[in-house]
Amino acid sequence: MAKLTLPAQELMFSGHSACPGCGAALAMRLLLKGLGPRTVVSVPACCWTVIATPYPTTALGVAMMDNPIEATGASISGIRAALDAMGEKDVTVVGFAGDGGTADIGIQALSGMLERRTNALYVMYDNEAYMNTGVQRSGETPLGAWTTTTPVEGHEHGKIEAKKDMMAIVLAHHPVYAATLNPSFPEDFERKVEKAKAMSGPRFFDIFAPCSTGWRFDAQKTIAIGRLATDTGVFPLYEVENGRYHVTRKVGSLKPVEEYLHAQGRFRHLTPANIAAVGAQVRDGWEKLLTFESESLVAPTPSAAPTAPPATRA
Amino acid sequence: MTVMVLSGNSAQAHAVRLARVQVVSAYPITPQTSIVEKIADLVATGALKAEYVQVESEHSALQVVVSASGMGARTYTATSSHGLLLMHELVHWASGARDPIVMGVVNRAVGPPWNIGADHTDSMSQRDTGWIQFYAESNQEVIDTVLMAFRLAEHPDVRLPVMVMEDAFYLSHTLEPVDVPDQAVVDGFLPPREAHATLHPGTSARLGSFTGPDRYVDFRFEVAKAMERVPATLRLVEEEYKKATGRSHGGAVPTYRVDDADAVLITMGTSTTTARTVVDDLRAQGKKVGLAKLRLFRPFPNEEIRALGAMVDRIGVADRSYTFGPMGAAGTEVSAALYPSSHHPAVTGFYAGIGGRDVTPHVVRRMYESLLSGAVPEVHWEDIEEEVSVDG
Repeated sequence: MAKLTLPAQELMFSGHSACPGCGAALAMRLLLKGLGPRTVVSVPACCWTVIATPYPTTALGVAMMDNPIEATGASISGIRAALDAMGEKDVTVVGFAGDGGTADIGIQALSGMLERRTNALYVMYDNEAYMNTGVQRSGETPLGAWTTTTPVEGHEHGKIEAKKDMMAIVLAHHPVYAATLNPSFPEDFERKVEKAKAMSGPRFFDIFAPCSTGWRFDAQKTIAIGRLATDTGVFPLYEVENGRYHVTRKVGSLKPVEEYLHAQGRFRHLTPANIAAVGAQVRDGWEKLLTFESESLVAPTPSAAPTAPPATRA
Repeated sequence: MTVMVLSGNSAQAHAVRLARVQVVSAYPITPQTSIVEKIADLVATGALKAEYVQVESEHSALQVVVSASGMGARTYTATSSHGLLLMHELVHWASGARDPIVMGVVNRAVGPPWNIGADHTDSMSQRDTGWIQFYAESNQEVIDTVLMAFRLAEHPDVRLPVMVMEDAFYLSHTLEPVDVPDQAVVDGFLPPREAHATLHPGTSARLGSFTGPDRYVDFRFEVAKAMERVPATLRLVEEEYKKATGRSHGGAVPTYRVDDADAVLITMGTSTTTARTVVDDLRAQGKKVGLAKLRLFRPFPNEEIRALGAMVDRIGVADRSYTFGPMGAAGTEVSAALYPSSHHPAVTGFYAGIGGRDVTPHVVRRMYESLLSGAVPEVHWEDIEEEVSVDG
């Protein structure tokens, strides 16, 4: 049996107010284990505003700053600028935002932060809907999923649009590092955190964050759902560095997507035809990813590799 | 001290240099742009050692300085009109977070129709956000007020953000000789920012947070008490500035020839200069008129306005914005401030200079004549031909 290599330090405390089985809580816990105490986290309006507990308490062992929902990218640019101006060089600056605050209302500030090459790590914890406000559809809600604003009633059958590809959008900005992470694979998770921590420049994580409340599954199934997401190809684990893709969990043959979908109430209404459509989309995404990986080994994304990124600045 | 020929926008930038601001972030908008261009030059040449964060919107510009200020840095941004309106959410945030940010606002009209002329609608629409607001009359006042603004914003009794307004083009793009204080003088007046309620790496702390009704009101009350301490603190800051540079701008509401006046006009910004010449002309004709400049708008200088109200029977208030209230923004505030007084002068609200229309001596003279005749309605649009309708 392989020995666990997770850092022992805990920088997220018990007494937090996450729902049982919260993937976003696991994401923060594992992230801070790897980043350590010299970390400043900027958090917009999202589940983590509440999870961190009200004034005057905090569930984090690091410095945390709140910011409005759409402004996380700008907030971490400001934090980094202040640290640079005051000569503090050994601090990891993190934006920790939900998928709505990243992919929808916060995409402009994220794009700005990536483009001006802020030396910071932007984390999208992806629970695939506006969960803090009670499960409304976001740009990251996947095809077919029920939410309170994509109902399964009358002629409606959940979300009719596909999930927005945030990794592709982020990669178009040529960050120094971008990766997908899943708390169900903690060693892969920590390896990516350590790698990102050692780098300088704009970095991006898409962290899979199952939500038992919004996805309608038993709270003790979070890890199992997370494993299924990766092993069915719904949420592949990979990283992109200097234009080179690397799939960090090679799944020989993908598990049937039904195993993932049937485990969650939000997909309960899907017909065999709907499931076939989701399955086709997932297989297509997985194959494209493998192609990106093999092609980028030969020829990394042109604009990312040959010219060095400009000097990192706040 | 050096005399330089500066636009209002250059005066803002030189004040930022002298204040040794550590983090600047801004997004270009007419007529603010030459401030951020000048700051870019100052940073590029090393005259200002600041992190200059160039962002993709005004909303992000203010978030950058809010977060940088939360970490303890001295910060500055500048904007105008639609840029300020886009910032609105963060304008509230900055005061709630007690971030001593200084922001230059070049007052410009709000569209539609698009218009880049001087108009106070932009900053007046931010009057209830918890920022201290100054309206400048000259480029000298701009540089001095920005420097005083940092001292006031960071004062332990205050710790609130400050806006320093200048009228579009009349100041922003007009050159005037300006006494620029020496760096050593400013360093003596404005020491480095003292950290308070800031976030420190390596600590378990949260800046912002959330509260229920049990605590939220306490935070608001703290902001209110800090705002109430502004007038006294401003007097101290102005005294210190006068000691350092020899200059003062007369407090919250400087007055001109108000003794024995039958009618006093209250103005803001550049129309004050015009009105001062009209007062001299009318006084020469034996008409007893005076002038008061509303230099500080937030917190509203109730005491100064009440003192003025006790001296005269007729007050006119010239607003360079239309805000859909019983009078203009300043007119309404002046009326409200006077209401508890035992002596109630008649207050007339004038709208003048909207969207960059010149407030000429002729227009100001008509306001005084209206006030002296006593035959004016409660509010009056100046320099408008009412028979000409905009859609016909």
